[in-house]
Amino acid sequence: MNQVPSLLRVFAYLSLLTVGGGMAAFPELQTLAVNVHHWLTAQQLVQLYSVEQMAPGPKMMMIVSIGQWAAGFAGAAAVLVAFLLPTSVLAFFIGRLWTRLERWPWRASIQRGLAPVSIGLLSAGFLTVARVALTGVVTVIITVVVSAILLRSRANPALVVLGGALVGLVALR
Amino acid sequence: MSDLAETDRGPSPRAVTVGQIFGAFLLIGATSFGGSVVAYLEASLVGKRRWVGDETFVELLSISQTLPGLNATNLAILVGDRLRGTPGAIAALCGICLPGALLMYVVGMTFHAFGDRPLVTAMLRGVAAAAVGLILVTTLQMGRKSLHGLVDLVFVALAVIGVSTLHLSVLTVLLGVGALAIFWHRPRRERQGSSQ
Repeated sequence: MNQVPSLLRVFAYLSLLTVGGGMAAFPELQTLAVNVHHWLTAQQLVQLYSVEQMAPGPKMMMIVSIGQWAAGFAGAAAVLVAFLLPTSVLAFFIGRLWTRLERWPWRASIQRGLAPVSIGLLSAGFLTVARVALTGVVTVIITVVVSAILLRSRANPALVVLGGALVGLVALR
Repeated sequence: MSDLAETDRGPSPRAVTVGQIFGAFLLIGATSFGGSVVAYLEASLVGKRRWVGDETFVELLSISQTLPGLNATNLAILVGDRLRGTPGAIAALCGICLPGALLMYVVGMTFHAFGDRPLVTAMLRGVAAAAVGLILVTTLQMGRKSLHGLVDLVFVALAVIGVSTLHLSVLTVLLGVGALAIFWHRPRRERQGSSQ
């Protein structure tokens, strides 16, 4: 069955949920890509997202992999366009209006109000990833150590995540 | 804010070509290993190239964070538009996304072919556990910057409960809790005192 129309619909919808960052849409991404359309498993989704933490560029480009698995090159291209176009057009026009909106009192209210909601959505995304990724004592230890390193030093996150791969290789076989 | 108003219309003081915009964003898209892409954008656009001022960057970042869309791609659109209008915005967006998208295309195919080998699975499980730590720290740091007071924590909690416990759709929570939070911070008359 041709998956391209579903890919377009799902990723255009998901893009509109990414207020504050890609992670905000993650719970919905899991529901739609894993449970509804069966493009991949929850483990694969979390692992793809995690692998991307070692790659350069905006995070969430891993959706390209989902499109590729579901429908080859056409799927990858469809996903990318669907995910980027709606929010980019919105940003483009709101960006031009922004200065004019300065006197509109609700502008500050919207910014002020959406800030905590986006943090809440990012936290929910974190919980979704954690539920899948934390499968035992070793994984929890890796998470705690990585958090401590990132909070206490200026280590490059990509390298710290790479370190997780090495620990996994030794301790999670 | 005055900085933004000055650069709002027309090309920036130094004319930047569409090719230069594409090149600069492509470079950031290809080299921003680890940490937030926004920091790399700031270092390049504000620091190295001086294409946008500090204040403008902060203002554009705050628009990017409020709107749906990835912060890095929204910023690319806004900066590209200010430098060279519509073609500038398109060049910036393509530049910043292309390297990561191509890389993840190849990674995805490799993952599909080898992802179920035991050694690879072991590594991926380690990577995923490490990524949980990274997401946690990123979220904590964002929260520390943008949350003010107890009421914000209530909105955070409502959003988390809505999505993670009640399993409501993210859209429902975004619209519901979002409307509530915006209404809470609604514009007040001067005599009632500012809500800030």
